[in-house]
Amino acid sequence: MNENITEHSLAGIEAPELLSRRRFLEKLSIALGSFCAAVVGLPLIGFVIAPLFRKPPEQWASLGKVGDFQIGKTVSVTVLDPSPLPWAGITAKNAVWLRRESENSFIAFSANCTHLGCPVRWMEGAELFMCPCHGGVYYKDGNVAAGPPPRPLFRYDVRIENGEVKINSVVVPISTTL
Amino acid sequence: MKRLFTAAWLWLDDRIGISVLLAPMKHIAPQDAKWWYVFGTATMIAFIVQVVTGVALAFSFIPSSSQAYETLVFITNNAPFGRFLRGLHYYGASAMVLMIGAHMAQTFLFGCYKFPREMTWSTGVLLLGFTLAMGFTGATLSRFFAIHVFVIPAIMFAFIGLHLWLVLRHGISEPPTAGKMVNPETYRKEYEELLKKSGKPFWPDLAWRDVIFGTGLILAIALFAFFIGPPALDQPPDPSVLNADPRPDWYLLWYFALLALIPAKIEGYLMILMPALIGITLLIIPVLNNKGERAASRRPWAIAVVLLSVIMIGSLWVAGQQSPWSPNFQALPLTEKVIGATSGPVFEGGQLFHDKACLSCHLIQGYGGRRGPDLTYIGDKLTRDNIIIRIVNGGGNMPAFGSSLKPPEIDALVAFLQSRKRPIRPQDQSPVAQN
Repeated sequence: MNENITEHSLAGIEAPELLSRRRFLEKLSIALGSFCAAVVGLPLIGFVIAPLFRKPPEQWASLGKVGDFQIGKTVSVTVLDPSPLPWAGITAKNAVWLRRESENSFIAFSANCTHLGCPVRWMEGAELFMCPCHGGVYYKDGNVAAGPPPRPLFRYDVRIENGEVKINSVVVPISTTL
Repeated sequence: MKRLFTAAWLWLDDRIGISVLLAPMKHIAPQDAKWWYVFGTATMIAFIVQVVTGVALAFSFIPSSSQAYETLVFITNNAPFGRFLRGLHYYGASAMVLMIGAHMAQTFLFGCYKFPREMTWSTGVLLLGFTLAMGFTGATLSRFFAIHVFVIPAIMFAFIGLHLWLVLRHGISEPPTAGKMVNPETYRKEYEELLKKSGKPFWPDLAWRDVIFGTGLILAIALFAFFIGPPALDQPPDPSVLNADPRPDWYLLWYFALLALIPAKIEGYLMILMPALIGITLLIIPVLNNKGERAASRRPWAIAVVLLSVIMIGSLWVAGQQSPWSPNFQALPLTEKVIGATSGPVFEGGQLFHDKACLSCHLIQGYGGRRGPDLTYIGDKLTRDNIIIRIVNGGGNMPAFGSSLKPPEIDALVAFLQSRKRPIRPQDQSPVAQN
């Protein structure tokens, strides 16, 4: 047995045709192995990273009738994710801070702090939005008043259509995608 | 009968090679590796608790955002032993973080990372990173849940295997002796001689301490799980409920505090750079310094680094617990006793102080928030004009209230704040006290 192996190995060194056969088999195995890995691996990578590139369709979501809102009042309104994943359940809900500025103008803010995304609360008396996490504070126009937030509160585009207040919920800062 | 069993065992052992597989358990190790050396095994025991309880919980838990909460409620309230298992998984995570911290501090202070165990240390640092990543992904759903239960554990199994292989390859380090230097050229020979002279088989001569400590650890986890139980499930995870107050688990609370306390401008860099820098520093410690003194008594800087890390994490943790930067949303209106008036501008100002959310950030006689300065005695410090300027213009971390307060409201608030003075005690008026 041992002799055979020795013979074989020696022959490998000596006979060029055997050597090239081995090289060929080596390359063939590596090439086939890589091909198999690609067949399984590439779709896998695509599947795993696809949600990162998922762009929800632009959609105007209704927040209610214009008459439902009092002028000067800032209220939280629940809005549904325009294209929730089928298993999103309760997490498809989101909240928007909506203020009726005048007869026909509304401002809608995202309820998520621009620092790390915690939900901000509207302090009626102080006319400020305050974040419970790291103490971010915003003025009533959404500009940063204090604390670590790097940007003003996100503002949605608002329009009134057939007596309903609608926001363009194309960008929902916190999504259930990930 | 006994003979039959013996024969069966011998046959199985011959065909499977169980004794050969377990032989490394009996490797010879320094006899002085005693109680200080139990934390590594304890970390692994906690990891095993996490794997076993995690697999069990996965039998009922559904990681989808529509059902996760309901399945958690079911596991906690309905499933037999469900509450206990959730508790084991929760406190097991804490135990693992504590033990890996203790293990790391011990190996660092004993200089175990020096030649030839550099890679044992570095693989351990990576395992620390994976452990924290497990903690971070432990409360997540869908893809992060897949990472939590499949990806990171698989990597951890591989790295624990590598870590243990390196422990066997280079041997358990002997406790350091002050003045005895690590010299890469002679260390291996000296270590071999030490083992020949006084080494003992790890199993069972040394391992019994690991078993006793591990038993204590499991008992502690079980007692916590049984008597205190897992964290309570409050409201369902509805993003439209805005009265949420998110807080991370205790072992990440210090980092949460750090994010609140560092200047906002450098936060973006620090959030990514600081953990990366700490990780890289820890990884390359043995590359920078792999020989020389091992004893902590001769390495004051090593003691300082460990102490400072503990103090830093500890104090940030306390800060995170108190979260003085968070407004106090629960602040109740000030009582007449605290205001010190039942009518008039001072009383109205005291009420406005609550209604305008000043109390969310400022303390008055221990009531209110800690975001801004304590205003209990502000009347002693600021004049009327200065108080008005601060309220109207804001400044520092205080919002400007000029546009949201009417002049009479400002007057009332100023009257209230001016009345916040230290009470004059009789001894303050005596000549002795005035000196």
